Order: sequence, then C-alpha cells, then structure tokens
Amino acid sequence: MRSDSTDPISEAPGRKSLTDFAMEGSVAKEFTQRRAKALSFFRLRDHTFHAMTLGAAIIVLVILGGVILSLIIGSLPAIKAFGIGFLFTETWNPVTDRYGALAAIYGTLITSAIAMLIAVPVGLGIAIFLSELCPQPLRRPIGIAIELLAGIPSIIYGIWGLFIFAPFLQEHVQPVIIAAFGDIPILSTLFAGPPYGIGMLTAGFILAIMVLPFIASISRDVFATVPPVLKEAAFGIGCTKGEVVSKVVIPYARAGVLGGVMLALGRALGETMAVTFVIGNAHRISGSLFAPGTTISATIANEFTEAVGDLYTSALIELGLILFVITFFVLAAARYLLMRIERRAGA
Amino acid sequence: MSSAPDLYAARRRSNAISMGLCYAAAIFGLGALVFILFALLREGLGGLSPSVFLESTPPPGAAGGLLNAIVGSLVMTVIGVAVGTPLGILAGTYLAEYGRGSKLAFVVRFINDILLSAPSIVIGLFVYEIMVAEMGHFSGYAGAVALALIVIPVVVRTTEDMLLLVPNTLREAASALGMPRAMVISNIAYKAARAGLITGVLLAVARISGETAPLLFTSLNNQFLSTNLNAPLASLPVVIFQFALSPYKSWQELAWTGALIITLAVLALSIGARVLGSQRTAK
Repeated sequence: MRSDSTDPISEAPGRKSLTDFAMEGSVAKEFTQRRAKALSFFRLRDHTFHAMTLGAAIIVLVILGGVILSLIIGSLPAIKAFGIGFLFTETWNPVTDRYGALAAIYGTLITSAIAMLIAVPVGLGIAIFLSELCPQPLRRPIGIAIELLAGIPSIIYGIWGLFIFAPFLQEHVQPVIIAAFGDIPILSTLFAGPPYGIGMLTAGFILAIMVLPFIASISRDVFATVPPVLKEAAFGIGCTKGEVVSKVVIPYARAGVLGGVMLALGRALGETMAVTFVIGNAHRISGSLFAPGTTISATIANEFTEAVGDLYTSALIELGLILFVITFFVLAAARYLLMRIERRAGA
Repeated sequence: MSSAPDLYAARRRSNAISMGLCYAAAIFGLGALVFILFALLREGLGGLSPSVFLESTPPPGAAGGLLNAIVGSLVMTVIGVAVGTPLGILAGTYLAEYGRGSKLAFVVRFINDILLSAPSIVIGLFVYEIMVAEMGHFSGYAGAVALALIVIPVVVRTTEDMLLLVPNTLREAASALGMPRAMVISNIAYKAARAGLITGVLLAVARISGETAPLLFTSLNNQFLSTNLNAPLASLPVVIFQFALSPYKSWQELAWTGALIITLAVLALSIGARVLGSQRTAK
C-alpha cells in the first residue's frame, strides 16, 4: 500500500525519534503513552477513511454489476420463451403474448443514425468555429451557450418537439420533400407517406440537437491539444484556414473526435423522453423516414407501467438489457479512444 | 491545366465555403437554443401565476397548479443528492488520492464513466427490479434511490477531476508537518477543491431535476399533495410527461409552465456551477 511507505505517521511507532530517547526513563513516561494513544487514534482514523473511500469506489462497481445482473434475471422468462429469435422478430403483440425486438432495435438504430448524420458535421463545424474562427472574447460565452444545450432536460426537447417542431415539419417541410422526391425511385420510398409531423426523422433530428454539444465541446477540447507548431508550419507554407483544419487539425485529433462521436452515439441510443414524445410509438418497420416507429427506450417508457403479465414485463426488461449491452459497448469504445488522447496529452 | 492564379482562387473559394459552413453550424447551434428557450417562454410564461405554486394538479378541465409535483421533485432530489453525494465524493477521493495509478481505480474510473452516460431508463428498470418489485408498490423511496444512482457518477467524476487539480506540493507540505493522510485529504485537499466539489453537486442536481425516465416506474405519480415516501410520489418531469401527452388543453398549458420552471431552474444551476468552476481556474 502506497500510503504506508510515504506516510511518516504510520511508521513512527516502530522507530524511535530523538524525542523518544530524550523522554525515555524520565518523568514523561505518561506523556509517551499519551502520544502513542494519539498516534494510534490517528492511524485508526486513517485506516477507516481509507476503507470508506475504497468501499465507496467498490459500490460503483457493484452498481454496474447489479444493473446487469438484475436485467438478466428480469429478462430470463422472455429469453426462455423466445430465445435468440427475440432479436429478429418484428411482432410485438401483448394480446397474444408474442414479442420481438426487431422493430424497436431498428427504430433505435435508424434514429441514432439520422442524429449522427446531422450532428457530426454540424458539431465539427461548431468546434472549428470555436477554435479557429470565433473572436477571442466571444469564445467562452458561445461555448457555454452550446454546452447549455446539453443541460436542457430531455423532456423539454420532447415537449418542444411535439408541440412546436413536429407541426412545423408537418406543415412546411414534409409536404415539400414529399412533392420534390415523389418521382425519384429510392428517395420516394424513403420520404413516402402522409406528413404526420412525428416519426423517425423528427426523432432523429431532435436527437441531433441533443447530442450536438457533446460532439462540439469534446472536439473543441481535442483540437486544443494540437501542437501550435504543426498549425503554424502549415500556415507557413501557405495553407488556407480550411486546409489547415482539414489536413492538420482533424487528422491529428481524429481519435479524440471519434471518441466524442461515440459518446454522443451512446447518448442518442439511450435517449428516452424526447424520443417518446415524437416517435409515434408504432411497432412496425417502415421504409419511410416520415413513418412513425418506436425505439427500445420509448417502448419501455410507454408500456412498462401498463404491462400486465410476467412475460410482457420480462420482454420489456430484455429490451432494456439489449439497450444496455449496445450502449455499454459504444460507450466503452468512446472511453477507450478518449483515454488514449488524454494519455497522449499528459505525456 | 489550370494556371496558378486560378488554382489559388479555387483554394480561396473552397476555404471561404468551408469556413462559411462552420459559421452556419455555430448559428444553427445557437439558433436551436434560442428557439427552444423562446418557445418555452412564449408557451409557459402565460400560465405562470402564484396558483401554480399553491395548488395541486387539477383534474382535466379544472384550474390548478403544480404544487404536489414541485414538492415531490424537491423531496426526491434532496434525498437523492443527500445519498449520492457522500458516496460519490468518497469514491472520487479514492480515485484521486489513494488509488492513483492502481488497477482497481482504473476499472472503477472506466465503469463510472460508462454509468455517467448510460441510459437513465435502464437505471429505472434496475430500481424497479430491486425495490418496486420487492416492495410490491411504487414509492418515493424508489424514485429517490434511482436519482441517487444518477448522482453518484456525476459527483465521482467531478470530485476526482477537482482533487487532481489541487497541487501535490500542498499535500506534501501538510504531510511534512506530520498530518495523517486522512487529515491531509479532509483538511487540505477538500478545502482547496471546495468550489469544484460544490460545482459537481450543482451539476448533479441540474442533471436529476429534469430526469423523467428513471422516475416513470419507480415513484410513478400522485395526484395529491404528499410527502409520504412509502407511496407513489408526484414529480415535475413525470407530470409534464403525462400532461403534455394528454388531450386536455388546460393540462398541456400546465405542462408548458412546468417545463419553463424546470428549464429555468436547471439553467440557473448549470450557469451557477460554471461561474463557481471558472472562479477556481481563474485564480
């Protein structure tokens, strides 16, 4: 243990200091005893505190273990009933007690993909703006404003999406897109159907706004680790700002940016409330992005309290398990990439 | 073949376009924030009256307020923070002080970072399994535990970061005076990092005061004013969720008002946390 070797107090009783020699055999015998008592009290306090912090750290591990374990136990009935087929079945029918996760998994992946398609370029753009273009005095306020987007609770995005954004899309955007792409083969299926306002595309778009700050602020922080010499050298041979960013800054910061993107993806996959409001909650797979769908988290949020019967509840918990496993790997990849960057910045 | 001046002009043009797109991205981000805040103010400000804070949630069509939801949210937030903060600070202390460089600390840090961004609805499922299913009914306790589980990773992370900012020379000086390790941490490191630790707690409060998903099937909801933690308890986010998706106009208006209250509280908390945090780094 490291504390023992560096801490003078814990070694003191075994070794005699000059004071101890001076006091030995003198009237101060009682004093030495008091001193030893005080020292052992200190040592006890030290050990207790160490043990408490260690215990708290282990609780963090226990929580994760507990989450995984309880999800597995909770989903056992559904796993027994449906096996691996659960993952590849579209049916979700509480009446006949047949459940499959495919529609929810599909919705989760598609909405997150839409979110990433929008948020990655925009987030990178904001990061470039903040680190290269923005006037110095404005950098902090604008950076904070973008980060505040991450602070707004997801239910606010939900209510905004349902009452403001979805009607706007329904009236002004979707009819135009449907009319414009109606005759083009692939795009006409992608953007088919009546303009509901709510649906996969709306959910993806709102997710994009929600995860934007993660990509922007992590990318900005990683851009700041690019050594100025590299940029100066590029400017010195006549590169434009755009070329410096695309050929020097981004390649150098690649792993970190990817880490930020994965972190944002983890958020998008697990986001619940905002999506629940605008996804439409339909357990089916539709080729059109305007169609209502569902995601894993939205299904759980909508149906869990009303679920009757063990199998229904269990199927919902298995959905939660699937979501947790997916996000666990995405987030672990994100952390791994970001940790490498930190180590390089530290070295 | 293009001549040199053409090439130069083309490069300048592509530079202008790409940099213009970056400006557009920043405007898009700021615009989204402004739009959302503007919509909240427009829809929510009208319903903001004293009765919102004095009356409980009404049946459809009747007038009422959000008192029971606000009280429920406050109670669960306070308990969640009171349980989660000490645990989080202790675990963060282990990572920053005792465990620096150890294998266990590495694993805990990694797991904590994953819990930090894990879907909160899964935390709700977990608490449902261990508490609601065991006790047989929804309860405010379960909601508070779910919130505490969300507080812990936030506090662990900020505690570790802030303790690492405390210069080692301070610790060494204290040790050289003969201070035991526990005292060095509590009397020196905690004091030096105090603003940062408070920042972490504020961020955690901001995070949980808007959390809805983990409360949906732990504390559920309660139409009446109650502080009984052993029974279902109302909370602002869950009431907003329920009322916003209802077909009743008066409920939807209350939902907007509630949304405005939460957002203002959360933004005030996170700006406060930032001001505290920046004071530290500025020194």
